[in-house]
Amino acid sequence: MPFPYRTGFTQFLRGASKVKKVFTRPMSLKDTPFHYCPGCGHSIIHRLVAEVIDELGIREKTIGVPPAGCAVLAYNYFDVDMAEAPHGRAAAVATGIKRVLPDKLVFTYQGDGDIAAIGTAETIHAANRGERITAVFVNNAVYGMTGGQMAPTTITGQVTTTSPGGRVPLRDGYPLDLSEMLGIAAGSVYIERTSVTTPKGIMKTRKALKKAFMVQMEDKGFALVEILSPCPTNWKMSPAQAVRWVDEVMTKTFPLKVIKDVA
Amino acid sequence: MKGRIVIDMERCKGCGLCIIVCPKKQIEISDQLNKKGYYPASFKEESEQDLEKVKCTGCALCAITCPDVSIEVYRQDKDDEKDESEED
Repeated sequence: MPFPYRTGFTQFLRGASKVKKVFTRPMSLKDTPFHYCPGCGHSIIHRLVAEVIDELGIREKTIGVPPAGCAVLAYNYFDVDMAEAPHGRAAAVATGIKRVLPDKLVFTYQGDGDIAAIGTAETIHAANRGERITAVFVNNAVYGMTGGQMAPTTITGQVTTTSPGGRVPLRDGYPLDLSEMLGIAAGSVYIERTSVTTPKGIMKTRKALKKAFMVQMEDKGFALVEILSPCPTNWKMSPAQAVRWVDEVMTKTFPLKVIKDVA
Repeated sequence: MKGRIVIDMERCKGCGLCIIVCPKKQIEISDQLNKKGYYPASFKEESEQDLEKVKCTGCALCAITCPDVSIEVYRQDKDDEKDESEED
């Protein structure tokens, strides 16, 4: 459907002498339709990253590192250079790229299974070394791509396919707060946790992402933005319920705040 | 201030998040399937001919929330007396 509502639209244009487009697709996002499930937070975060890249005018010198996980096909959506990393090793790959090409801006885009489970070591050491990279950490509390198994970030009591009775700390351990851990690392400069469940939260996330890129542009150190993102399919909820669940339940374990800011 | 949104119905997956955030409640789920097999969102004021009756203000909250970037927002400018030639 190329332009569905021609009649009403021309009427609208005729009624007003000046009409401007106030919202459209960012330039750094390709025209490819997203493969994500309805209501998934990944696509919102993709758009926000693309908007920030556009706003800072860094499209020609940005290199992204997508993870293994739901966002593995991120290179299909971003109109910037991308280099795929092995599972969890995005921080190590980004370190290599940044050290060889220090004038480029390197960001990693990782889910919680990637950054907080298999890639914990790489991430912590990259932060501790103060690598000049920006990490986008999408936390949805489950392993999304493989079908909703329990992840380190799964909150206590949450039902997943591998914790059908809910996560029990004595058996399964406690949810891992990676952002707080990275806040202790001396090399990290800016760490914030936001969510993409409300328009306000989305605008806050955009601001945080922009700051994380600015930290790298000013060559200060490691910056990370953790974004709480709904996963309606694996949580077995409707998109509206999933958004509410993030706001009401998940933010109790992962409170939204600036964890570290020495920029 | 009057606004209008254009929903790309083939891109929309019918998650309904725009319906929750719309302050004027002018978005609904369509009763027609799109090619992907979802019931997409549709704009209620689509065929509204009288500009005075349009409730949409072009606040763009729906577009900010839309996960699939399928909404474009147009807004009538406040000072439409000035430089009329600059229509885009």
